[in-house]
Amino acid sequence: MHELSVAESVVEIIQQYVPRTDLNRVRCVRMKIGEFGGVVTDSLTFCFQAITAQTDLSKASLEIEHIPFAVRCQECGQESRPEFGTVVCEHCGALRTTVISGNELQVVDINLDDSLAEAT
Amino acid sequence: MSVVTIQRKVLEKNDEVASVNRRYFAERKMFVINMVSSPGSGKTSILECTLEHLKSGLNIAVIEGDVQTDLDAQRVAKFGVPVAQIVTNGGCHLEAKLVNDALSSLQLSGTQLLVIENVGNLVCPANYDLGEAMKVVVASTTEGDDKPLKYPGMFHKASVLLVNKIDLVPYVNCSPDRLKKNALQINPTLKIFETSCTTKQGIPEWCDWLKSEVVKQLRA
Repeated sequence: MHELSVAESVVEIIQQYVPRTDLNRVRCVRMKIGEFGGVVTDSLTFCFQAITAQTDLSKASLEIEHIPFAVRCQECGQESRPEFGTVVCEHCGALRTTVISGNELQVVDINLDDSLAEAT
Repeated sequence: MSVVTIQRKVLEKNDEVASVNRRYFAERKMFVINMVSSPGSGKTSILECTLEHLKSGLNIAVIEGDVQTDLDAQRVAKFGVPVAQIVTNGGCHLEAKLVNDALSSLQLSGTQLLVIENVGNLVCPANYDLGEAMKVVVASTTEGDDKPLKYPGMFHKASVLLVNKIDLVPYVNCSPDRLKKNALQINPTLKIFETSCTTKQGIPEWCDWLKSEVVKQLRA
């Protein structure tokens, strides 16, 4: 259950990029999470809501794009999505592959509500 | 809606502190391993066997991570090596900052090998770089041979697999060959040792290999 500390890191990143007076304008925070990233997105969403409730970020929510686990084969050069729990190339069965996606855990962008911009 | 574009790794701050730790270790030519496993696989017992085997030939220090108690630090302290206990108070993994804080409480002059024993958990510690040279994952035969399939992330990120409690194979439903095959399917470059802390099988081989890695670091 490291989703709580991941949620805290997301809040820290928001606070770094959005001035304190604009935090109440934050609506959607878009994230990319790889299926191999070891993060349970429901838990992350729950933790994010729990720690932002009754703060300036209470109207913010996470929009998570799931990135599939994929490898590129070092033998045949093709890309594939191996069976979960293996890195075996689906085309030629080789084990020598490079992970090309699925480890992502990043904040992509933050969307602010402009209708409140004038008021502040 | 206006958009603030960020494109930042969420755990970037942890990675930055891990880099600071890594520089600290490199400057002192210290070889650092991060031991990870599920609870009860025998990390601390392997550490005790390793200390017994290597402490006369190497300067070793230990950082223990646990959710509660300093019981593991007490076990390690009996070997007369510097040890710091991190109590996470519920936290399920060690972070680079916790290790960085622990470094200042340890007497590390001349330390050649630092062993960080992570909190027992096969999921969360995989995501947190501590600045170590490598992760050593312990999977015991009593846990079954399907652990690498269920927790591929950890086995993918580790450099070494210790198949522990190998002496119990006759009594448990676990095929060490299947366990190793499953692990190699997610990480073909894993270095694997079969160990038992009761019979000491595999302990000399593991320790000799570890020592050779420490010597490589000293000569680097």
